[in-house]
Amino acid sequence: MAKTIEEINQKIRSGRAVVFTAEEIIGVVKEHGLKKTAALVDVVTTGTFGPMCSSGAYFNIGHTKPRIKLGGGKVSLNDVPAYAGFAAVDVMLGANALPEDDPRNRFHPGEFNYGGGHVIEELVAGKDIKLTATAYGTDCYPRKKLETWINLRDMNEAVLFNMRNAYQNYNVAVNLSDKTIYTYMGTLKANMGNATYCSAGQLSPLLNDPMYKTIGIGTKIFLGGGEGFIAWHGTQFNPSVPRTESGVPKRGAGTLAVIGDLKHMSSRYLMGTSMLGYGVTVSVGIGVPIPILDEDILRHTTVTDDDIFAAVVDYSDAYPNVKPEVVGEISYGELKTGRVKINGREVPTASLSSYPRAREIAIILKDRITNGKFELTSPVATLPGIESGVKFKLLNERPINGEK
Amino acid sequence: MAKNKMTATKKISLRFPRHLVSRPVVYHLIKDFNLELNILKANITSEEGHMVLELKGERADFDKGIEYLTQSGLIIDTLCREVTRNEERCTDCGACVTVCPSSSFTVDPVTREVRFEEDKCVVCGMCILSCPSRSMELHF
Ligand code: SF4
Ligand code: SF4
Repeated sequence: MAKTIEEINQKIRSGRAVVFTAEEIIGVVKEHGLKKTAALVDVVTTGTFGPMCSSGAYFNIGHTKPRIKLGGGKVSLNDVPAYAGFAAVDVMLGANALPEDDPRNRFHPGEFNYGGGHVIEELVAGKDIKLTATAYGTDCYPRKKLETWINLRDMNEAVLFNMRNAYQNYNVAVNLSDKTIYTYMGTLKANMGNATYCSAGQLSPLLNDPMYKTIGIGTKIFLGGGEGFIAWHGTQFNPSVPRTESGVPKRGAGTLAVIGDLKHMSSRYLMGTSMLGYGVTVSVGIGVPIPILDEDILRHTTVTDDDIFAAVVDYSDAYPNVKPEVVGEISYGELKTGRVKINGREVPTASLSSYPRAREIAIILKDRITNGKFELTSPVATLPGIESGVKFKLLNERPINGEK
Repeated sequence: MAKNKMTATKKISLRFPRHLVSRPVVYHLIKDFNLELNILKANITSEEGHMVLELKGERADFDKGIEYLTQSGLIIDTLCREVTRNEERCTDCGACVTVCPSSSFTVDPVTREVRFEEDKCVVCGMCILSCPSRSMELHF
Protein backbone atom coordinates (compact mmCIF):
# COMPACT_ATOMS: atom_id res chain seq x y z
CA MET A 1 0.00 0.00 0.00
CA ALA A 2 1.52 3.29 -1.06
CA LYS A 3 0.99 6.41 1.08
CA THR A 4 1.46 10.06 0.30
CA ILE A 5 3.23 12.67 2.40
CA GLU A 6 -0.07 14.54 2.76
CA GLU A 7 -1.72 11.43 4.21
CA ILE A 8 1.14 11.08 6.67
CA ASN A 9 0.84 14.75 7.64
CA GLN A 10 -2.86 14.30 8.34
CA LYS A 11 -1.97 11.49 10.73
CA ILE A 12 0.72 13.66 12.35
CA ARG A 13 -1.79 16.49 12.85
CA SER A 14 -4.28 14.16 14.49
CA GLY A 15 -1.57 12.60 16.66
CA ARG A 16 -1.92 9.15 15.07
CA ALA A 17 1.35 8.90 13.15
CA VAL A 18 3.39 5.76 13.77
CA VAL A 19 7.06 6.62 13.98
CA PHE A 20 10.19 4.58 14.71
CA THR A 21 13.86 5.47 14.70
CA ALA A 22 16.14 3.90 12.09
CA GLU A 23 17.51 1.72 14.87
CA GLU A 24 14.12 0.54 16.15
CA ILE A 25 12.72 -0.15 12.69
CA ILE A 26 15.24 -2.97 12.16
CA GLY A 27 13.59 -5.07 14.87
CA VAL A 28 10.05 -4.09 13.87
CA VAL A 29 10.54 -5.33 10.31
CA LYS A 30 12.26 -8.47 11.54
CA GLU A 31 9.20 -9.26 13.60
CA HIS A 32 6.36 -8.21 11.31
CA GLY A 33 7.87 -8.38 7.85
CA LEU A 34 8.19 -5.64 5.25
CA LYS A 35 4.63 -5.69 3.96
CA LYS A 36 2.83 -5.37 7.27
CA THR A 37 5.29 -2.83 8.63
CA ALA A 38 5.07 -0.66 5.51
CA ALA A 39 1.33 -0.44 5.98
CA LEU A 40 1.65 0.32 9.67
CA VAL A 41 4.61 2.72 9.89
CA ASP A 42 4.49 6.31 8.62
CA VAL A 43 7.93 7.72 9.34
CA VAL A 44 11.43 6.48 10.20
CA THR A 45 13.69 9.04 11.86
CA THR A 46 17.46 9.17 11.42
CA GLY A 47 20.17 11.09 13.24
CA THR A 48 23.83 11.97 13.16
CA PHE A 49 26.16 14.07 15.32
CA GLY A 50 29.76 14.70 14.42
CA PRO A 51 32.31 17.24 13.23
CA MET A 52 31.11 18.82 9.96
CA CYS A 53 33.72 21.26 8.70
CA SER A 54 31.86 22.97 5.86
CA SER A 55 29.49 24.70 8.25
CA GLY A 56 28.99 28.37 8.93
CA ALA A 57 26.50 31.02 9.82
CA TYR A 58 25.51 34.41 8.50
CA PHE A 59 24.18 37.31 10.46
CA ASN A 60 22.54 40.64 9.89
CA ILE A 61 23.75 42.52 12.93
CA GLY A 62 21.57 45.62 12.48
CA HIS A 63 22.63 49.11 11.36
CA THR A 64 24.77 51.35 13.51
CA LYS A 65 24.28 55.05 14.08
CA PRO A 66 25.90 56.57 12.06
CA ARG A 67 25.92 53.81 9.47
CA ILE A 68 28.90 51.60 8.72
CA LYS A 69 29.50 49.47 5.61
CA LEU A 70 31.29 46.33 6.69
CA GLY A 71 31.41 44.98 3.14
CA GLY A 72 34.99 45.36 1.94
CA GLY A 73 36.17 46.03 5.47
CA LYS A 74 37.30 43.72 8.24
CA VAL A 75 35.16 42.04 10.89
CA SER A 76 35.94 39.69 13.72
CA LEU A 77 33.80 37.95 16.32
CA ASN A 78 35.66 37.19 19.55
CA ASP A 79 38.82 37.86 17.51
CA VAL A 80 37.88 35.19 14.97
CA PRO A 81 37.78 36.78 11.50
CA ALA A 82 34.42 36.71 9.76
CA TYR A 83 33.78 37.25 6.07
CA ALA A 84 32.79 40.81 5.16
CA GLY A 85 32.22 40.65 1.44
CA PHE A 86 28.52 41.41 1.48
CA ALA A 87 26.32 44.47 1.95
CA ALA A 88 26.56 46.85 4.89
CA VAL A 89 25.85 44.71 7.96
CA ASP A 90 25.69 41.14 6.64
CA VAL A 91 28.54 39.03 7.95
CA MET A 92 29.40 35.36 7.51
CA LEU A 93 31.44 33.21 9.85
CA GLY A 94 32.97 29.85 8.94
CA ALA A 95 33.38 27.03 11.45
CA ASN A 96 37.08 26.61 10.60
CA ALA A 97 38.06 30.29 11.02
CA LEU A 98 40.91 30.96 13.46
CA PRO A 99 42.03 34.10 15.30
CA GLU A 100 44.87 35.86 13.46
CA ASP A 101 47.21 35.26 16.39
CA ASP A 102 46.46 31.55 16.79
CA PRO A 103 49.83 29.78 16.45
CA ARG A 104 48.19 27.17 14.18
CA ASN A 105 50.66 24.37 13.49
CA ARG A 106 53.76 26.45 14.19
CA PHE A 107 54.34 24.11 17.08
CA HIS A 108 53.09 20.88 15.67
CA PRO A 109 50.57 19.54 16.56
CA GLY A 110 48.72 22.82 17.16
CA GLU A 111 46.03 22.82 19.83
CA PHE A 112 43.30 24.79 18.04
CA ASN A 113 41.33 25.56 21.15
CA TYR A 114 39.08 28.29 19.79
CA GLY A 115 37.68 29.30 16.43
CA GLY A 116 34.57 29.87 14.33
CA GLY A 117 32.82 26.72 15.55
CA HIS A 118 33.24 27.85 19.14
CA VAL A 119 31.88 31.33 18.37
CA ILE A 120 28.79 29.71 16.82
CA GLU A 121 28.38 27.49 19.89
CA GLU A 122 28.67 30.46 22.26
CA LEU A 123 26.23 32.57 20.25
CA VAL A 124 23.69 29.76 20.32
CA ALA A 125 24.27 29.37 24.07
CA GLY A 126 23.19 33.02 24.45
CA LYS A 127 26.62 34.42 25.32
CA ASP A 128 27.68 37.93 24.40
CA ILE A 129 30.27 38.03 21.64
CA LYS A 130 32.75 40.84 20.98
CA LEU A 131 32.42 42.30 17.50
CA THR A 132 35.21 44.48 16.17
CA ALA A 133 35.21 45.94 12.69
CA THR A 134 36.91 48.48 10.49
CA ALA A 135 35.50 49.94 7.30
CA TYR A 136 36.72 52.42 4.71
CA GLY A 137 33.83 54.89 5.05
CA THR A 138 31.61 56.30 2.33
CA ASP A 139 29.35 59.33 2.05
CA CYS A 140 26.34 57.16 2.87
CA TYR A 141 28.12 54.93 5.37
CA PRO A 142 30.60 57.26 7.06
CA ARG A 143 31.61 55.22 10.09
CA LYS A 144 35.01 53.53 10.05
CA LYS A 145 35.28 51.70 13.32
CA LEU A 146 32.99 49.56 15.45
CA GLU A 147 33.55 47.74 18.73
CA THR A 148 30.60 46.28 20.54
CA TRP A 149 29.16 43.29 22.36
CA ILE A 150 26.53 41.51 20.34
CA ASN A 151 24.06 38.83 21.26
CA LEU A 152 22.16 36.43 19.05
CA ARG A 153 18.78 37.65 20.27
CA ASP A 154 19.50 41.23 19.13
CA MET A 155 20.44 40.35 15.57
CA ASN A 156 17.92 40.70 12.75
CA GLU A 157 18.77 37.34 11.25
CA ALA A 158 21.14 34.63 12.39
CA VAL A 159 21.15 31.69 10.01
CA LEU A 160 23.15 28.48 10.06
CA PHE A 161 24.16 27.61 6.53
CA ASN A 162 26.28 24.53 5.97
CA MET A 163 27.41 23.68 2.48
CA ARG A 164 28.47 20.11 3.16
CA ASN A 165 27.08 18.04 6.04
CA ALA A 166 25.83 14.55 6.80
CA TYR A 167 28.23 12.62 4.57
CA GLN A 168 26.71 9.42 3.30
CA ASN A 169 29.37 7.05 4.61
CA TYR A 170 33.00 7.99 5.18
CA ASN A 171 36.56 6.68 5.22
CA VAL A 172 38.03 4.67 8.05
CA ALA A 173 41.39 6.26 8.80
CA VAL A 174 44.64 4.45 9.62
CA ASN A 175 48.28 5.47 9.62
CA LEU A 176 50.75 3.11 7.94
CA SER A 177 53.78 5.30 8.63
CA ASP A 178 56.09 4.91 11.59
CA LYS A 179 55.17 8.13 13.39
CA THR A 180 51.98 9.48 14.93
CA ILE A 181 49.97 11.77 12.66
CA TYR A 182 47.33 14.36 13.57
CA THR A 183 44.41 14.52 11.16
CA TYR A 184 40.79 15.57 10.88
CA MET A 185 40.13 11.90 11.60
CA GLY A 186 41.81 12.32 14.98
CA THR A 187 45.19 11.26 16.30
CA LEU A 188 46.37 8.25 14.31
CA LYS A 189 49.05 6.11 15.89
CA ALA A 190 51.99 4.79 13.91
CA ASN A 191 51.98 1.40 12.17
CA MET A 192 48.21 1.12 12.17
CA GLY A 193 48.07 1.51 15.94
CA ASN A 194 44.40 2.52 15.71
CA ALA A 195 41.62 3.08 13.20
CA THR A 196 39.08 5.88 13.42
CA TYR A 197 35.69 6.17 11.77
CA CYS A 198 33.03 8.86 11.61
CA SER A 199 29.47 7.84 10.73
CA ALA A 200 26.28 7.10 12.59
CA GLY A 201 26.03 4.01 10.37
CA GLN A 202 22.57 2.48 10.59
CA LEU A 203 21.17 5.73 12.05
CA SER A 204 22.76 8.02 9.47
CA PRO A 205 20.29 9.95 7.25
CA LEU A 206 21.60 9.24 3.77
CA LEU A 207 22.46 5.62 4.55
CA ASN A 208 18.77 5.01 5.24
CA ASP A 209 17.73 6.49 1.90
CA PRO A 210 20.74 5.53 -0.18
CA MET A 211 19.16 6.29 -3.56
CA TYR A 212 17.72 9.69 -2.46
CA LYS A 213 14.12 8.60 -3.00
CA THR A 214 12.60 10.76 -0.26
CA ILE A 215 15.38 13.10 0.91
CA GLY A 216 15.64 16.06 -1.44
CA ILE A 217 15.79 19.82 -1.70
CA GLY A 218 13.18 21.31 0.61
CA THR A 219 13.07 18.39 3.05
CA LYS A 220 12.45 19.72 6.55
CA ILE A 221 14.95 18.36 9.08
CA PHE A 222 16.14 18.51 12.69
CA LEU A 223 19.11 20.87 12.59
CA GLY A 224 21.26 21.80 15.57
CA GLY A 225 18.37 21.29 17.98
CA GLY A 226 15.95 23.42 15.96
CA GLU A 227 14.49 23.01 12.52
CA GLY A 228 16.07 23.47 9.15
CA PHE A 229 15.77 22.52 5.53
CA ILE A 230 17.89 20.81 2.94
CA ALA A 231 18.84 23.72 0.70
CA TRP A 232 20.76 21.92 -2.02
CA HIS A 233 22.92 18.87 -2.54
CA GLY A 234 26.07 19.27 -0.48
CA THR A 235 29.40 20.10 -2.09
CA GLN A 236 31.53 17.18 -3.30
CA PHE A 237 28.34 15.22 -3.97
CA ASN A 238 29.51 12.00 -5.57
CA PRO A 239 26.72 9.46 -6.12
CA SER A 240 28.57 7.12 -8.51
CA VAL A 241 30.85 5.40 -5.97
CA PRO A 242 30.85 1.60 -5.57
CA ARG A 243 27.71 0.38 -3.79
CA THR A 244 26.47 -2.85 -2.24
CA GLU A 245 23.73 -4.83 -3.95
CA SER A 246 21.05 -2.94 -2.02
CA GLY A 247 22.52 0.39 -3.11
CA VAL A 248 24.40 1.38 0.05
CA PRO A 249 27.53 3.32 -0.96
CA LYS A 250 30.84 1.89 0.21
CA ARG A 251 32.59 5.26 0.05
CA GLY A 252 31.69 8.84 0.92
CA ALA A 253 28.95 9.62 -1.61
CA GLY A 254 26.03 12.00 -1.08
CA THR A 255 26.19 15.09 1.13
CA LEU A 256 23.66 17.74 2.18
CA ALA A 257 23.69 21.53 2.19
CA VAL A 258 21.43 22.62 5.03
CA ILE A 259 19.99 25.86 6.35
CA GLY A 260 18.12 26.86 9.50
CA ASP A 261 17.38 29.58 12.04
CA LEU A 262 20.27 29.71 14.51
CA LYS A 263 18.07 31.44 17.07
CA HIS A 264 16.14 28.21 17.67
CA MET A 265 19.15 25.96 17.97
CA SER A 266 20.95 24.60 21.01
CA SER A 267 24.62 24.28 21.85
CA ARG A 268 24.06 20.63 22.71
CA TYR A 269 23.72 19.96 18.97
CA LEU A 270 26.08 22.64 17.69
CA MET A 271 29.36 22.37 19.47
CA GLY A 272 32.74 23.95 18.83
CA THR A 273 35.25 21.18 18.18
CA SER A 274 39.07 21.09 18.19
CA MET A 275 41.06 18.59 16.18
CA LEU A 276 44.62 18.40 17.46
CA GLY A 277 47.10 19.35 14.73
CA TYR A 278 44.29 19.97 12.25
CA GLY A 279 42.08 22.88 13.22
CA VAL A 280 38.73 23.92 14.63
CA THR A 281 35.34 22.90 13.37
CA VAL A 282 31.83 22.46 14.66
CA SER A 283 29.97 19.28 15.55
CA VAL A 284 26.49 19.41 14.10
CA GLY A 285 23.41 17.39 14.98
CA ILE A 286 21.14 16.54 12.05
CA GLY A 287 18.07 14.34 11.91
CA VAL A 288 16.13 13.61 8.75
CA PRO A 289 12.66 12.03 8.69
CA ILE A 290 12.01 9.41 6.05
CA PRO A 291 8.37 9.06 5.02
CA ILE A 292 7.50 5.39 4.51
CA LEU A 293 5.66 5.76 1.23
CA ASP A 294 6.23 2.18 0.07
CA GLU A 295 7.93 -1.10 0.91
CA ASP A 296 11.06 -0.27 -1.00
CA ILE A 297 11.67 2.92 0.99
CA LEU A 298 11.06 0.95 4.19
CA ARG A 299 13.46 -1.81 3.16
CA HIS A 300 16.28 0.73 2.81
CA THR A 301 15.67 2.01 6.35
CA THR A 302 16.26 -1.47 7.79
CA VAL A 303 19.95 -1.28 6.89
CA THR A 304 22.15 -2.44 9.79
CA ASP A 305 25.74 -1.67 10.73
CA ASP A 306 26.70 -5.08 9.35
CA ASP A 307 25.40 -4.09 5.89
CA ILE A 308 27.38 -0.85 5.67
CA PHE A 309 30.98 -1.05 4.52
CA ALA A 310 33.60 1.66 4.50
CA ALA A 311 37.03 1.95 2.90
CA VAL A 312 40.08 1.87 5.14
CA VAL A 313 42.41 4.61 3.93
CA ASP A 314 46.02 5.37 4.88
CA TYR A 315 46.13 8.99 6.04
CA SER A 316 49.93 9.12 6.08
CA ASP A 317 50.21 8.71 2.31
CA ALA A 318 47.22 7.63 0.20
CA TYR A 319 44.92 10.39 1.52
CA PRO A 320 47.26 13.40 1.41
CA ASN A 321 48.74 12.38 -1.93
CA VAL A 322 45.40 11.43 -3.48
CA LYS A 323 46.35 7.85 -4.27
CA PRO A 324 43.37 5.65 -5.06
CA GLU A 325 44.45 2.57 -3.12
CA VAL A 326 42.50 1.47 -0.06
CA VAL A 327 43.86 -0.76 2.69
CA GLY A 328 40.63 -2.74 2.87
CA GLU A 329 36.90 -2.60 3.39
CA ILE A 330 35.23 -3.09 6.72
CA SER A 331 31.69 -2.96 8.13
CA TYR A 332 30.49 -0.63 10.87
CA GLY A 333 29.32 -3.72 12.73
CA GLU A 334 32.94 -4.86 12.95
CA LEU A 335 34.24 -1.36 13.71
CA LYS A 336 31.88 -1.06 16.65
CA THR A 337 33.27 -4.14 18.38
CA GLY A 338 36.28 -1.96 19.23
CA ARG A 339 38.80 -4.20 17.45
CA VAL A 340 39.06 -5.10 13.80
CA LYS A 341 41.33 -7.23 11.66
CA ILE A 342 42.95 -5.25 8.87
CA ASN A 343 45.43 -7.11 6.68
CA GLY A 344 45.63 -9.81 9.34
CA ARG A 345 46.47 -7.31 12.09
CA GLU A 346 44.31 -6.56 15.14
CA VAL A 347 43.62 -2.83 15.28
CA PRO A 348 41.68 -1.00 18.03
CA THR A 349 38.96 1.32 16.71
CA ALA A 350 37.59 4.67 17.82
CA SER A 351 34.66 6.74 16.61
CA LEU A 352 34.74 10.50 16.05
CA SER A 353 31.00 10.97 15.73
CA SER A 354 28.74 10.28 18.67
CA TYR A 355 26.35 7.38 18.27
CA PRO A 356 24.49 8.08 21.56
CA ARG A 357 23.81 11.63 20.42
CA ALA A 358 22.76 10.47 16.94
CA ARG A 359 20.27 8.17 18.64
CA GLU A 360 19.10 11.01 20.90
CA ILE A 361 18.42 13.16 17.82
CA ALA A 362 16.47 10.39 16.07
CA ILE A 363 14.37 9.98 19.23
CA ILE A 364 13.73 13.73 19.61
CA LEU A 365 12.64 13.94 15.98
CA LYS A 366 10.40 10.91 16.49
CA ASP A 367 8.83 12.58 19.55
CA ARG A 368 8.29 15.86 17.70
CA ILE A 369 6.51 14.03 14.88
CA THR A 370 4.48 11.82 17.21
CA ASN A 371 3.38 14.86 19.20
CA GLY A 372 2.25 16.70 16.08
CA LYS A 373 5.01 19.33 16.35
CA PHE A 374 6.87 18.42 13.19
CA GLU A 375 5.21 17.83 9.83
CA LEU A 376 6.95 16.47 6.78
CA THR A 377 7.60 18.36 3.57
CA SER A 378 7.68 17.04 0.03
CA PRO A 379 10.98 17.81 -1.63
CA VAL A 380 10.72 20.38 -4.40
CA ALA A 381 13.58 18.78 -6.36
CA THR A 382 15.60 15.61 -6.01
CA LEU A 383 19.26 15.26 -5.17
CA PRO A 384 21.43 14.20 -8.13
CA GLY A 385 21.19 10.41 -8.34
CA ILE A 386 23.55 7.91 -9.92
CA GLU A 387 21.96 8.58 -13.32
CA SER A 388 22.79 12.31 -13.06
CA GLY A 389 26.42 11.69 -13.94
CA VAL A 390 27.48 14.15 -11.23
CA LYS A 391 31.10 13.40 -10.36
CA PHE A 392 33.52 14.73 -7.80
CA LYS A 393 36.55 16.25 -9.56
CA LEU A 394 40.06 17.09 -8.49
CA LEU A 395 41.40 20.51 -9.32
CA ASN A 396 42.96 20.73 -12.75
CA GLU A 397 45.93 22.92 -11.86
CA ARG A 398 47.17 25.20 -14.63
CA PRO A 399 50.36 27.21 -14.10
CA ILE A 400 49.61 30.93 -14.03
CA ASN A 401 52.52 31.71 -16.35
CA GLY A 402 51.68 29.00 -18.85
CA GLU A 403 49.12 29.08 -21.62
CA LYS A 404 45.46 29.15 -20.65
CA MET B 1 29.16 9.84 37.21
CA ALA B 2 31.54 12.46 38.57
CA LYS B 3 30.11 15.93 38.07
CA ASN B 4 32.20 19.03 38.13
CA LYS B 5 30.18 20.50 40.99
CA MET B 6 31.14 17.65 43.28
CA THR B 7 32.99 18.15 46.51
CA ALA B 8 36.59 17.14 46.32
CA THR B 9 38.97 16.14 49.05
CA LYS B 10 42.64 16.19 48.23
CA LYS B 11 46.02 16.23 49.68
CA ILE B 12 48.43 18.71 48.27
CA SER B 13 52.04 19.21 49.03
CA LEU B 14 53.30 22.78 48.91
CA ARG B 15 56.71 24.31 48.91
CA PHE B 16 57.12 27.97 49.79
CA PRO B 17 60.02 29.98 48.55
CA ARG B 18 61.61 32.09 51.25
CA HIS B 19 59.84 35.36 50.50
CA LEU B 20 56.41 33.75 50.90
CA VAL B 21 56.97 32.12 54.27
CA SER B 22 55.39 34.98 56.16
CA ARG B 23 52.27 35.34 53.94
CA PRO B 24 48.88 34.25 55.34
CA VAL B 25 48.19 31.84 52.48
CA VAL B 26 46.26 29.35 54.55
CA TYR B 27 43.98 32.05 55.86
CA HIS B 28 43.03 33.08 52.31
CA LEU B 29 42.27 29.53 51.27
CA ILE B 30 39.72 29.24 54.03
CA LYS B 31 38.23 32.68 53.78
CA ASP B 32 38.21 33.43 50.05
CA PHE B 33 37.65 29.99 48.58
CA ASN B 34 35.42 28.29 51.17
CA LEU B 35 37.84 25.44 51.55
CA GLU B 36 37.96 23.27 54.64
CA LEU B 37 41.51 22.68 55.54
CA ASN B 38 43.57 20.30 57.58
CA ILE B 39 47.27 20.78 58.05
CA LEU B 40 48.80 17.32 57.94
CA LYS B 41 52.40 18.38 58.05
CA ALA B 42 54.17 21.69 58.31
CA ASN B 43 57.81 22.43 58.35
CA ILE B 44 58.62 26.09 58.10
CA THR B 45 62.01 27.61 58.62
CA SER B 46 63.14 31.12 57.88
CA GLU B 47 64.60 29.79 54.62
CA GLU B 48 61.82 27.67 53.20
CA GLY B 49 58.48 26.11 53.99
CA HIS B 50 56.96 22.74 53.25
CA MET B 51 53.38 21.90 54.02
CA VAL B 52 51.05 19.03 53.33
CA LEU B 53 47.42 20.09 53.40
CA GLU B 54 44.19 18.26 53.07
CA LEU B 55 41.65 20.46 51.32
CA LYS B 56 37.96 19.88 51.05
CA GLY B 57 35.48 21.93 49.07
CA GLU B 58 33.53 22.36 45.85
CA ARG B 59 35.46 21.43 42.75
CA ALA B 60 35.19 24.97 41.33
CA ASP B 61 36.36 26.60 44.57
CA PHE B 62 39.14 24.08 44.77
CA ASP B 63 40.37 24.97 41.29
CA LYS B 64 40.26 28.67 42.12
CA GLY B 65 42.17 28.06 45.34
CA ILE B 66 44.86 26.15 43.50
CA GLU B 67 45.07 28.93 40.93
CA TYR B 68 45.52 31.40 43.77
CA LEU B 69 48.31 29.31 45.25
CA THR B 70 50.20 28.98 41.96
CA GLN B 71 49.78 32.67 41.23
CA SER B 72 51.20 33.49 44.66
CA GLY B 73 54.36 31.66 43.60
CA LEU B 74 53.92 28.48 45.59
CA ILE B 75 55.18 25.25 44.15
CA ILE B 76 52.67 22.43 44.13
CA ASP B 77 53.85 18.88 43.77
CA THR B 78 52.80 17.47 40.40
CA LEU B 79 52.05 14.09 41.93
CA CYS B 80 48.78 15.56 43.09
CA ARG B 81 47.45 16.11 39.55
CA GLU B 82 44.40 14.34 38.30
CA VAL B 83 42.35 14.22 35.15
CA THR B 84 38.57 14.56 35.26
CA ARG B 85 35.89 14.64 32.63
CA ASN B 86 33.47 17.51 32.18
CA GLU B 87 30.31 15.51 31.62
CA GLU B 88 28.48 18.52 30.20
CA ARG B 89 30.87 18.71 27.26
CA CYS B 90 31.51 15.02 26.63
CA THR B 91 29.56 13.91 23.56
CA ASP B 92 30.34 10.19 23.93
CA CYS B 93 32.11 10.19 20.58
CA GLY B 94 34.90 7.82 21.52
CA ALA B 95 37.89 9.66 20.07
CA CYS B 96 39.72 9.22 23.38
CA VAL B 97 39.36 5.45 23.50
CA THR B 98 42.40 4.44 21.47
CA VAL B 99 44.50 7.40 22.62
CA CYS B 100 44.60 6.43 26.30
CA PRO B 101 47.52 4.15 27.17
CA SER B 102 45.86 2.79 30.31
CA SER B 103 42.46 1.84 28.87
CA SER B 104 40.62 4.30 31.10
CA PHE B 105 37.86 4.67 28.49
CA THR B 106 35.49 1.90 27.50
CA VAL B 107 32.51 1.94 25.18
CA ASP B 108 29.30 0.36 26.44
CA PRO B 109 28.43 -2.15 23.71
CA VAL B 110 24.69 -1.41 23.94
CA THR B 111 24.31 2.30 24.66
CA ARG B 112 27.64 3.22 22.96
CA GLU B 113 28.29 5.61 25.84
CA VAL B 114 31.93 6.13 26.68
CA ARG B 115 32.74 5.33 30.30
CA PHE B 116 35.70 7.00 31.99
CA GLU B 117 37.27 5.11 34.88
CA GLU B 118 39.25 7.67 36.79
CA ASP B 119 41.05 5.12 38.94
CA LYS B 120 42.69 3.58 35.86
CA CYS B 121 44.01 6.96 34.73
CA VAL B 122 47.77 7.47 35.02
CA VAL B 123 47.51 11.21 34.26
CA CYS B 124 49.60 11.05 31.10
CA GLY B 125 47.59 13.90 29.59
CA MET B 126 47.19 12.31 26.16
CA CYS B 127 43.41 12.63 26.11
CA ILE B 128 43.35 16.34 27.00
CA LEU B 129 44.11 17.64 23.53
CA SER B 130 42.81 14.60 21.66
CA CYS B 131 39.29 15.12 22.93
CA PRO B 132 37.51 17.14 20.21
CA SER B 133 35.13 18.85 22.63
CA ARG B 134 37.88 19.45 25.20
CA SER B 135 36.01 17.59 27.92
CA MET B 136 39.05 16.16 29.66
CA GLU B 137 40.53 18.51 32.25
CA LEU B 138 43.76 18.44 34.16
CA HIS B 139 43.51 19.53 37.79
CA PHE B 140 45.82 19.66 40.71
S1 SF4 C 1 36.91 12.17 23.18
FE1 SF4 C 1 36.06 13.62 24.65
S2 SF4 C 1 33.95 13.92 24.01
FE2 SF4 C 1 34.67 12.08 23.00
S3 SF4 C 1 34.07 10.42 24.42
FE3 SF4 C 1 36.17 10.99 24.92
S4 SF4 C 1 35.94 12.48 26.56
FE4 SF4 C 1 33.94 12.34 25.57
S1 SF4 D 1 45.34 11.33 31.18
FE1 SF4 D 1 46.24 9.62 30.04
S2 SF4 D 1 45.82 7.82 31.30
FE2 SF4 D 1 44.45 9.43 32.03
S3 SF4 D 1 42.58 9.11 30.87
FE3 SF4 D 1 43.78 10.63 29.74
S4 SF4 D 1 44.92 9.41 28.25
FE4 SF4 D 1 44.17 7.97 29.80
